[in-house]
Amino acid sequence: MSDIKAFNNKVGIQWCPGCPNFGILQALKKALAELGKAPHEVCLVSGIGQAAKLPHYLNCNFFNGLHGRALPAAVGIHCANPSLTTVVTTGEGDCYGEGGNHFIHTIMRNPDITVMVHNNEFYALTKGQASPTTLPGEKRTLQRKGVEKAQLNMPAMSVANGCTFVARGFAGDVDHLTDLIVRAVNHRGFSHLEIIQPCITWSKRPVSWYRERVYKLDADYDSSDRDAALKLLLEQTEKKPIGVLYQTQPRKTMGARFRQTITDRPLPELKPIGAETIQSALNDYRPD
Amino acid sequence: MEDINIVIGGAAGEGVQTVGAVLAETLISQGYAVFAWQEFESRIRGGQNSYSLRIGESVRNAPLMQADILLALNDGAAAKYHGRLKEGGVMIGPSDKRDPAIVIPFADLAKERLESGLYANTIAMGAIIGTLDIPLETLFRVLLPRFEKKGEQVVSKNRRAAEIGFQMAEEKCRDICPWRLPEREERYHLIDGHEAAALGAVHAGCRFVAGYPMSPSTNLLTFLAKEDERFGIFVEQAEDEIAAVNMAIGASFAGVRSMTTSSGGGFALMVEAISLAGMIETPLVIVLAQRPGPATGLPTRTAQGDLLFAIHSGHGEFPKAVLAPADPKDAFHQMVLAFNLADQYQIPVIVLTDQFLADSAFSIADFEVNGSAPEYHLADPAGIQEYRRYRITETGVSPRLYPGRSRHLVGVDSDEHDEFGHITEDVEGIALDMNRKRLRKVHGLQKEIPPPTEYRLTSARTVFVAWGSSRDAVLECMDLLKNDGFDVGLIHFNGVWPLPEYAFPTGKDYVSVEGNATGQLARLLENEYGIRIDRHISRTDGLPFTADYIRSRFHE
Repeated sequence: MSDIKAFNNKVGIQWCPGCPNFGILQALKKALAELGKAPHEVCLVSGIGQAAKLPHYLNCNFFNGLHGRALPAAVGIHCANPSLTTVVTTGEGDCYGEGGNHFIHTIMRNPDITVMVHNNEFYALTKGQASPTTLPGEKRTLQRKGVEKAQLNMPAMSVANGCTFVARGFAGDVDHLTDLIVRAVNHRGFSHLEIIQPCITWSKRPVSWYRERVYKLDADYDSSDRDAALKLLLEQTEKKPIGVLYQTQPRKTMGARFRQTITDRPLPELKPIGAETIQSALNDYRPD
Repeated sequence: MEDINIVIGGAAGEGVQTVGAVLAETLISQGYAVFAWQEFESRIRGGQNSYSLRIGESVRNAPLMQADILLALNDGAAAKYHGRLKEGGVMIGPSDKRDPAIVIPFADLAKERLESGLYANTIAMGAIIGTLDIPLETLFRVLLPRFEKKGEQVVSKNRRAAEIGFQMAEEKCRDICPWRLPEREERYHLIDGHEAAALGAVHAGCRFVAGYPMSPSTNLLTFLAKEDERFGIFVEQAEDEIAAVNMAIGASFAGVRSMTTSSGGGFALMVEAISLAGMIETPLVIVLAQRPGPATGLPTRTAQGDLLFAIHSGHGEFPKAVLAPADPKDAFHQMVLAFNLADQYQIPVIVLTDQFLADSAFSIADFEVNGSAPEYHLADPAGIQEYRRYRITETGVSPRLYPGRSRHLVGVDSDEHDEFGHITEDVEGIALDMNRKRLRKVHGLQKEIPPPTEYRLTSARTVFVAWGSSRDAVLECMDLLKNDGFDVGLIHFNGVWPLPEYAFPTGKDYVSVEGNATGQLARLLENEYGIRIDRHISRTDGLPFTADYIRSRFHE
């Protein structure tokens, strides 16, 4: 346990007053304190969107990069320095929409990082257009006659493609979400945490609508059962289970071979290989 | 002796490259300078490709089109390339179609005498060695170790195959082959542009590279992946070029020297992230291996068509550097410079290569590491009270730390930001100053860019201007023109952005020589230096410049 106040900073928050994102911010601070982290040991990575502003509001290292590209940047940061706790805070538009290809490949690559996807079911920062998780038929500012695409189910994609930790949280339940973040960060490998984050400005439904429809997974739910997790995730229902949907034995993480056979030190600590090795490599191109 | 040019033609997958590479190495071992370049089609099997070996007593790293010796591995290659045979040249082919001077049915002989068509290419190699009157032992020293893992029988059959080819060529050669290549003392390095660039990156301290395969950039990535244990470098194949460049930027932010590689359309995908690197002031090195565009273009051919694109890549305004090495040795040192500049000025640096430089093997007399060394410019966290990643400074360069190195926190943002890296829309208060701070870096940067190299300027009335890998062909052309009675000089740029301070001599006629249609360097020089380029010699057919090509365009 570290001091949660260490994660406070004085940056003015640009979210709408009362936004459930405040709950996610609070849960993340609590989780980092519970994990015993100090601010300099943490790096938050984001792209663009409301969720992507979060790294500015929490005192730690941060990389607020391009729309959709948080995951590859986080992958690079993690490869360079696995001792940093790297957490991506992103929205579903940023991460499933613009950056969907990266998401799929990050699942497969399995870097030891956590992604928190704030899912509000449309684009908020750009004022209400449909996102990959908008319900089919719902009218949005750019889909005036209703969304014609199917709804993307990224947690199911994760379970199906080798992600070893998939969870869902609710921004309106800070303590439960805190626990999920702690478990996600502690899990070795790519941890996918989707967070239901109702938008109080652009949503057709009030926060209470979501609160009534989320339920915590039973204590006897076996989160190691892949088929059960997929079945749960593929159910066509308004009711949304929250908790750890799927967790299994960690598999090899990205860079495992490199760190076993080459070096396990953070790359920034390594000195250049040295002129002698390079000269000898150059001399390989000249016969004796 | 006069340089000898050997052209080997064959189908993709037939082993043209292997035959060429083994012969090149053999000739280097015999003490000669070799220049080897390849042209090939974008396919795995079929088509007709060529591998040319220019052999001389002194280094001339420029291609020749006309062949003294043409080795056609199949009849199609004989048909495609026989036009390149010089008068007095000798063709070696598998059948009497196209009437080669020396007929050696490589595959049939291999099947008959060695029970496998696999030995056909070794017969062909032996034939070339016989034609050049080089002892077979020199070939064996290069060739046979390649087969040691496959067992004694394979080694001895290869030995036998080479002997068969050698004897057949020797017999038929007696009256028609004037060449003799006795062993010489010299030993040149034989290395291609991307191997040298990769070694330069490693020398510079690069420990992370992410890329997506795309010709002609791929061999740089492949080389580093193969040698990752030796050089301690983390190599990742990304899902696309956007991921590759963002991974490299992420790794660089985390404190490790990082790069990415690409070509044409792949580089186009990276452009947004180049702007990101400029905005968040994170060092980034990109190798852009040019090929003809637009779009997919001619994937396996060469061009110099991306000069202005590279210089202008990225939305918004921010400093960046663009370097354009002339040969592998230059590529090695320029890569070190690229990493040093990226680090010192916290900017993206693009190194422009091309298919010709990437895939050709150049002879280098003295390839020494000395001449460049990694220089680091990170701030010392101990001396800092309150850390501001983007502290406004006179030079524009702010103290750079990386996350986790100390208790100081490092934050970067693609939005306009304050000194701590936090989003801001306070235009008057900080945003304008931040933009000016970034742009100020160009003044220091400009002084670090290598000035152009001048050749024969004093006496020449006409002066070529060129950039990057065409240098040696232009220099060779100047020799030819001298014989024609024209005294022509050269100003060659290997640093193309920001252009260094330079005074163009007055009273000269300037002629640009560039592998693009629109005279991109010429336009740049006209804009930046206010000079006038009178004529343009361009090449856009995907082939590299040769001295002959430039000369005939010059006389038009």
